[in-house]
Parts: sequence; C-alpha cells; structure tokens
Amino acid sequence: MLIGLLLTGGLYAAFAPASGAGEQQDDASQVAEGRKLFLVGCAFCHGQNGEGVLTADGKQQLGPTLAGVGAAAVDFQVGTGRMPAVQPGAQFPAKRVQYTQEEIDALAAYVASLAPGPAIPAESDYSTDGMTDQEKEEAIVRGGQIFLTNCSACHNFEGSGGAMPNGKMAASLRNASERHIYEAMLSGPGEMDVFSNGNLTPDEKRDVILYLQSIKEAPKYGGFSMGGIGPVSEGMFAWLGGMGVLVGFAVWIAAHTTRTSKEKVDA
Amino acid sequence: MSFDKVANTNAKTAATARKPSRGAAAVEWADDRLGLATLAKKQLRKVFPDHWSFMLGEIALWSFVVLLVTGVFLTLWFKPSMAEVEYMGSYDQLRGIHMSEAYASTLDISFDVRGGLLLRQMHHWSAMLFIAAMLVHMMRVFLTGAFRKPRELNWIIGGTLILLGIVEGFAGYSLPDDLLSGTGLRIADGLVKATPVLGSYMSFFMFGGEFPGDDIIPRLYTVHVLLIPALLLALIGAHMLLLVYHKHTQWPGPGRTNDNVVGYPLLPVYMAKAGGFFFIVFGVTALMGGLLSINPVWKYGPYDPSKVTAGSQPDWYMGIAEGLLRIMPGWETHIWGKTISWNVFLPGQIAPIVLLTMVLAWPFLEAWVTGDKRVHHLLQRPRNAPTRTAFLAAMITVYGLLWAAGGNDILAVKFHQSLEMISYFMRGAIFVIPPIVFVITRRWCISLQRHDNETLLHGYETGVIMRSPEGGYTERHLPVNEERAYKLTARDRDEVYDGAGETDANGVAAPDSRVKRLRSRLSTAMFVNNVQKPTVEELEDGHHHAEHELELEEGLDHSADGHQFDGRHSIEGEPLRGGH
Amino acid sequence: MSDNQDTLPEISTNGLPAEEPIANPGLPAHTWRPTDIDPAAEKRAERQVAALFGISMISTVLFVVAFFAFKVGDEPTVVGGFGASTVALGLTFGIALLAIGVGVIQWARKLMGDHEIVEMRHPASSSPEDREVTLTQLAQGLDESGIGRRPLVRNTLLGAVGLLGVPMIVALRDLGPLPGDKLYHTIWTKGMRVVRDVVGTPIHVSDLQIGDLLNGEPEALFPSEENGYPELSGVDSQIAKSKGAVILHRMEPSEITPSKGRENWSVQGIVAFSKICTHVGCPISLNEQQSHHLLCPCHQSTFDLADNGRVLFGPAARSLPQLPIEVDDEGYLVAQSDFTEPVGPSFWERD
Repeated sequence: MLIGLLLTGGLYAAFAPASGAGEQQDDASQVAEGRKLFLVGCAFCHGQNGEGVLTADGKQQLGPTLAGVGAAAVDFQVGTGRMPAVQPGAQFPAKRVQYTQEEIDALAAYVASLAPGPAIPAESDYSTDGMTDQEKEEAIVRGGQIFLTNCSACHNFEGSGGAMPNGKMAASLRNASERHIYEAMLSGPGEMDVFSNGNLTPDEKRDVILYLQSIKEAPKYGGFSMGGIGPVSEGMFAWLGGMGVLVGFAVWIAAHTTRTSKEKVDA
Repeated sequence: MSFDKVANTNAKTAATARKPSRGAAAVEWADDRLGLATLAKKQLRKVFPDHWSFMLGEIALWSFVVLLVTGVFLTLWFKPSMAEVEYMGSYDQLRGIHMSEAYASTLDISFDVRGGLLLRQMHHWSAMLFIAAMLVHMMRVFLTGAFRKPRELNWIIGGTLILLGIVEGFAGYSLPDDLLSGTGLRIADGLVKATPVLGSYMSFFMFGGEFPGDDIIPRLYTVHVLLIPALLLALIGAHMLLLVYHKHTQWPGPGRTNDNVVGYPLLPVYMAKAGGFFFIVFGVTALMGGLLSINPVWKYGPYDPSKVTAGSQPDWYMGIAEGLLRIMPGWETHIWGKTISWNVFLPGQIAPIVLLTMVLAWPFLEAWVTGDKRVHHLLQRPRNAPTRTAFLAAMITVYGLLWAAGGNDILAVKFHQSLEMISYFMRGAIFVIPPIVFVITRRWCISLQRHDNETLLHGYETGVIMRSPEGGYTERHLPVNEERAYKLTARDRDEVYDGAGETDANGVAAPDSRVKRLRSRLSTAMFVNNVQKPTVEELEDGHHHAEHELELEEGLDHSADGHQFDGRHSIEGEPLRGGH
Repeated sequence: MSDNQDTLPEISTNGLPAEEPIANPGLPAHTWRPTDIDPAAEKRAERQVAALFGISMISTVLFVVAFFAFKVGDEPTVVGGFGASTVALGLTFGIALLAIGVGVIQWARKLMGDHEIVEMRHPASSSPEDREVTLTQLAQGLDESGIGRRPLVRNTLLGAVGLLGVPMIVALRDLGPLPGDKLYHTIWTKGMRVVRDVVGTPIHVSDLQIGDLLNGEPEALFPSEENGYPELSGVDSQIAKSKGAVILHRMEPSEITPSKGRENWSVQGIVAFSKICTHVGCPISLNEQQSHHLLCPCHQSTFDLADNGRVLFGPAARSLPQLPIEVDDEGYLVAQSDFTEPVGPSFWERD
C-alpha cells in the first residue's frame, strides 16, 4: 500500500497542474520542529515516520499513512481541531484547536516532507482582489451552480451538513474558514472525495468559497431560518408553534370565563 | 328532567317589531325577491355547544379561507410556465442563470414584489396548518365517537378532504420548480413508473413525454388553482351543510340529552367566536409568514435533474410516504421479461391506499362489530371506548414512526446515530411497537374507567389522611357532587353482540353463522374487560358504605396534621382542613 | 363547582331502569360574570375590547407605512440581519388581524349574553309520511315516463349515455407521446466526450487523481462551434440531463472488480456511473472516498462503485448502470457507447 501511495504521489507530481501559488516551506528547521511536535502528538496513531499504524491482526488502521496527504491536509485537519483525534471512531468531529498556527505550519511542513502532496493555498488563490464587481458577481453565480452540483448532495443546500452512511456526517460549512474549505476540497479529508485542481480548478474553488460567503452574509429575507435544514424543521414549527398556539387560543375561547357568586341586582 | 332553569333569551322584555330603518328597507328589498327570512329564521339563533375541541375543525376551515385569499394574490404574479428564461431580477446569486419562468416569477415575487415573500410564506404556512388541523380534528372526532350514525357520511367527506388537501399541497409546493420540489416530482415520476403494466404510459402522459418535459408545471397549476379547490369547496360545503343539518354533537352532562343541544346561539355568540377565531388564525398565519422563513427557494436554485441537496424531504404531510420509501427493502420481481418494483409500488401506492381505506371504513366496521344502529348525538369520553382509543394510539404510533423514518438522515446527524441502524430499527419498529402501544393504551383506558367507578362508589380522594386509634391510616373520601356523578354515568353500557350458535330445530347451523361468529368474537374482543358503570343497586350499596364510613369519621372531623389527635389536645371545634 | 359536601347527593331513581344509576340533574343554575354585575367591570371590558380594535387600526396604518418605507429589490432594507419589508409587513398585518380576533372573542366572553340555551334536535331521517309521499311521487313519475315498461328505450338510452364517456377518455390520448423505446436510450453515443458539469470542459485522464469525484455530463449538453453538437432547447437539455448525468471516480485499479465483459470499461482506475439512482431517480454524488460507497440522499440507497454499482443497502433493487469509457487519441475521456441498460427508475417493460 505504501508503494501504491508513493506511486500515486509520484503520478500526481508528474501530471497534476501547478497547485496554486502556495509554496512548500523547505526550511529544514521548520521541518525539524514539525517532527518534534509530530512525535509527541501524532505518532501514536500515525507511526513514527507517518507510515500509519495497523491493528494487531493487520486488518484495520489505527491511523492511516500520511505520506502524500500534503500540507493542505494537515492544515485542515489540525487547524479545525479534528486532529489530534481523541479516540478512534467513525468520524472525527471538529473541536477545539490544540495547536497554534505556527505549530500547525511546522507540522504541515514535516508531513509535506514525507512525500509530495497538495500544498496550503495562498490567500491569493481564493481572494477577490483585482476582481471587478461584475466579475465578483459572475464568480458567485458560477460558484453557486458548482456548489449545488458537487457539494450540496452531502453538505446540504446552504452548507448545513448532512448524513453519511454508518454514523458519519458531512460537516456544516457555516463556520468554516475560506482556507479550510479550499484545503478540504483539495485534500479530501476522511471519507470526503478529493476535488483536485484537475477536477475543480483553483478559480472554481474560489467561486464556491465566494458563493458560500455570500449566502452566509445574505440577509434573512423571510425571517428566522430555523436551522436551514428544510421541511423537517418547518414541519416541526408548524405543529409545535402553529398548531400549539392555535389550539391554545381555542382552549381560551371556549373556556369558562370568570364567575362571581354575587347575584345580579336589577337596576 | 326539569328545564325551568333554562333561559331562552337574555333580554328581560319581549322583542318588538320596530319601524323599518334604511338598512331594513334594503333587507326588505332582498327578501321580496329571495325569501331570506324563512331560511334565516331557523338558523339565526341556532344553538351550538361549547368546547375547545369543537374548534379544531374551524382551524382547518379558516386556514382554507386564508389559503384562498393568499392564493388569489399569488396568482396575480406567478407565471406557470416552464419556458426557459434568463434571470435578470434582484437576487444576485442567480443572475444570468437559465431557469423556467415559473421559478423566475417565484423569485420575482420573493424579491421584487413588496409583500410578495410574506404572501408566499403565509400561503405555505397556512397549507401546513390546514392539513395539520384536519388531522387533529379527525383524531378528535374519532376519539369521541362523533363519526357514528348519522355522521358516517361526514366522516367519509372529511377523509376525502384530507386526501385532497395533501395532493393539493404537493401540487402547490411543486409549482415554483425549485430543486427541492423538483426532486419530489422526480420521485413522483419514479412512483408512477413503478405501476405495473401502465407505469411508463402514465409517466409519459403525466409529463407530456419524458421527465421533466415542459408540461408538468402548467398542468399542476390547473390542478392546484382550479380543479382541487373546486372539489375542496364543494366538499367543505357539504361537510358544513351536514353539520348544520345534524347539529353538532355535545358532551353528556347536566341538562344535556341525546335529543337536545345545549349551548349558545349563533347570533351573536358563535358569530363572534367563530369570526374572531378566523381573525386569530389569519393573524397567527401572518405572524408566522413574517417571522419564520419557509421554503427559501432561492437557496435551492432552479430544478436541475443532476443536482440534489442532502436532507431532501417533502413537506411534513408527505413524510409518511417518504418514510415508507426509505425503509422498504429493495424487492423487485422479474417474470416473463417484465419488472414488478415492489420496493416502490408497495410503499408508494399500495400502503397509502390501504391506510386511507382503513381509516375511512372504520365507522362501518365498528357499527358492524358492535351491532349499534342507534343514533348518537352525545360524545363518548375516549376512555369509555378503550379498543377504539387504543387503535388510534397504535395508528398514531405508526404515523409517527414513519415520520421519523422519513427524516432518518436528519435524525442521524442530530443524534449522532448510524443512518443504516435507524432504517433497520424502523423496519422492525413499525410492526412491533404499535401492538405494544395498543395494549398499553387499552389497559390505561380500562384503569381510568375503574378509577371513575371508584369515584362514583366511594367518593373522591380528599388527600386528608386519618389515623385510627388502632394505628391504621386511611384516606378520607367525600362523595362527588351530583353534576360530576352524572357526567361519570352518562354513557351507554357495552353490549356484546351474540349471534353465534344459531341453529334450527334439526341442529343445522344458520347460513351466515360463520360471519356472525366472527362478528361476535370481534365484539367480545372489543368490549372485553371494559368496565361498565355501576347499576342503581351497586350505587346504593356504595352510598350506604360511604354513609357508614362517614359515621365512623364523625368524631374525626379535624385537620389532619396529626397533632390534634395525640390524646393530649382537646379536639373540640377543630375545623376540617381546607374549609367548606 | 363545590366538591366538598356534608351530605350525600340525592339519588333520584324514580322510574329509572336499573342500569341508569343517576338521573339527569338538569341544567345547572346560571352564574353571573363580574361584567354582568359590576358596571365598572363592564366598562373596563368595553375599554379593553375597544383598545384592542384600536391597536388593530394602528397596526394597519403601520403596515401601509412599512410597505412604502422598506425597500425590496436590488437594495433591500435590512434591519438586524433580517429583510425588513417581509418581517415588518408580517408583524403589522398579523397584529392587526390578531387584535381584531382577540377583541371580538373578549367581547363574546365578557360582554355578550352567556345564558345557556336549549334547542331540541330533530331526527335526521324524514318522517314516515314524507317518505311515503315521496315514494308515491317517485313511482307515479316513473310510471308516467314509461321507462319501466319500455326496456328497449331504457337500455339504448343507457348505452348511448354510457358511451359518451369514451370520447372524453379518448381525447386524453394526446396528453403525451407513447414511451416507445425512449427510456432505453440516453444521449450518450460512441466517442462522445465526458465533460465537467456547469463549466463544460472535457476531462483529460491526468486531470483526476485517486479519490477524485467528478460530476460529469455528456458533451452534447454543452454545444459549441468546436465540438459541433447542435443547440439544445432548455427542455431537451433537462430531459437529456435527467438520464445522461454521470459521475466519475478514480480509485486504485486493483480495487475494481469488474463483472464479465466489463473489464475494459474503466480507464486506469477511473470508473463512470450513471448519476441517476435506480430507485426513483434522484441524482447521487455522495461518495465515501475510502470505501467507494455511493449514497443517494433521497432514500439512502447505497451502491458500490468498485463492484459494478451493486446495491449494498436501501430500497434500490437494481445496480447502478455503468458507462463504458475509454480514452480518445488526445487523452480525453470518452464513452465507448450508450449505457447498456435503461437508466433511472425501473418500469414494467424493462428487462
């Protein structure tokens, strides 16, 4: 499997177009720093040299090999707190980030040194600098169509997340940063597919990110969105809120009103 | 039974005919031509009984009116056409996209017509409330036995109204041609295609060719705006007419019999209450339409057969069908070169028909089993019909489980469960859990009946604990007052139908004796273990017993915190706790 | 209602059958409301009702103000992150209506007469006399028509009127074309390139790396001068998409277990499958990279992309159709032919 992965990485390096303007830090000291952090926090599951660790019967992975995942994957996984994982399981939820960005960069540099892989994108890869308003609008429109074709099937129409088989889930994109979204597309974390730059070009990735931003910033045109998961929460509100309030009114209307024990004195 | 405590009017003097005013002259003009007074004289002071549960059908009625009003407004701007246009409206994220005119006009209503989004949301919310209210009203009618003779036809009309309402809702939310409802139409096409023999023909005729074509939205529009509303109006009219003719049922109680109606007159009380409730329903719908975002079609985008969203669910009233589709195993039969798709045909077409038929046929089934041919205008408390109540509880359980199955992916995400496990669980649960619920509910009703009888025979529990000199603890019971006692006994006794064992002189069994025996067995099963109300004798026995107890407790008429009875205090003139 | 009693209630059993233990005590005595007794309370209730109607009027005026004050369209007024127009119009309209409703109800409860009134019911059935008269009239009328004595007239009438249903049914024939063999073919043909959805660019073998999931379409859906495909109307495009949409996934070639005859349907580990679920037709692209299980979001049918699209779980009964692909001489991915089975939901004539 290791050979297969190295082959893949090699093929990738040979045939893939340039992966954006992000540079791999060749700084040896950063790599060394990263290795130190790696040995403390990651090697238990991923092996001393990032080669992966199998269970005793050799059938399951404790942690997969990291050769070829690239700096982008590390920046995403560690930067969203998914890694270091607390326990093995179906999926690792995003949680509190354990490392500073410097440390994450060092880890990324170390893992990148194991084998070639997707690099951390530069901010210029997904920024709108130099775009006219017209271009920005077109980018958002295109990004919306790409999002609805490639992403909403797992992540839902506004990125609220969705269910995957066997207890896994596609995460909510609401609070994800632009860089992390880019890196997730690039590196295909966990069960997520890869959307390499040959699949979705860097410009298209930028368009998707712009679209997500625009719907996040859009006003709530019609009022509270009740979770953004569609008819299920709408139905719940119709029953609990709507019917509940109306039946409450019905109870009030037909209830006995206040009575007094006094008698009416005819004037 | 004396009615001398009844007032026929609230005035103290008789009403007198006055000289006609200007308004009255107009009424006279109309009456000269239409004879309205004859019609109105019986109806103006018509009596309706008062209970909150009688207003549930009104929620449905007023929601329907709101639907009509908001719907008419929407038709002024909506374009029911699937012609391709390039969107040039105000919603930036879709500018320049090619979409159907239907979707584009929906976006225009939402973003370029003031009040348009409010109208859309009000229309959608009131549609949901319409169907929810019909269901709740149906459950109330079922639980109280209001569907019995002479109201069986009204029950059928009501069931048909629910079915029409659901179809109307589906057609309605498919009109904007957005991604979510278009996915629903795709699923509907798949359901139709699975019909044996005729499926592909039906599909092509429905869509005017292959899916999606450009005919379905205009056709659904006609159905939604013309055909079904006309049917709904006619059936609602018939439903109301029967209600007026039969008069409303009422709860048994003091002064209420099977031959009268006790309540308040239409003019002024019920006009006010019903009219006021209309404004309340309208107002609540408007508040929901303004504050709660529903069906944000701009986020879904126009329908595209290669796009989909996670968490694709239909509106809640289709959730049952969705749940059935999700948990059905993938069964298909291939015989003689043909395919029968049980996995789609059974849950999508057979199961809803079966469920609906069961519901609609219930009044006739029950009448057959019990042999009850009497006219009923008095309602039954749910506990006094344990089998019927338990049946509804089981059906609600099935409904709820299928709802949950329809949202299994949302459940999986929110509760961190495995999607597959939820589906497997539901496959078993819909068969296992309802019978359990049935049994539990029936026992619960019977125990409530027992409690009622104990209240009648032994009085109600006061919460006052007495301690006898020997050291035993008892709770003081006091008799209930006459009104409450009457209410507890104002119900029929259950009679088991006994038609079995009819043989003639030569021992030959009667020709339909098998059916009769089945009927008798069902009747027994229905009434087994029901607790009947006490007879006069039993009641008198109970009262004698109570009197005896009262005598024993005579000297103990004191507040029961206990100190007074420790033998060291005088117990003269100690008041009963709580006072009189 | 006072439950505390010193004495037992009278049980009037006069003339009652043994099964009816307690007689109907009759309507309870009427009790008054404070608004009936106390003129001050009455005035207060009146003022409450009038105030509610007043609130309604104010709210209606605010509705009109909000209608013209808050903008929609290109620069909608946004307040607190909400679209101000819809929220304000909803609030004001809702309160206007609600206030009227609550006011009218309050009026009914507090001020309108609330003596309980008794009305007698009538049987739902007609009286026996009415029934007899009606039956007689019916018999007379039918007799005069002679329909009973003239079976030839009756039967031909029934036949004629009954047949009138036929034109109405026949007229529906042109609701749509007959299916023919349309469901058996898609727009895919030999040599047609697979292109990326939305952008329409063809896909080179080297574009995809292991784990990539690409949503693709037939090139015919993106006609241009270069590729020479004819323009498609919006409707035809939608129809073609509803059968032609595909997904491409690249995995390790060794993981694929093709069935007989499909050994050359993949290219260097890249497989192409129909995107349309065989259950009821939703598009699928939820793929799990590590297990190559493809999940449909609608009803959770799961397919194995490495095993010829076999159904692993869920209500689908048929495996996902696979599109045989190869590489053209420039290295772009093209179809070898159309799908070899109908795409999408099953139907009676299939198979």
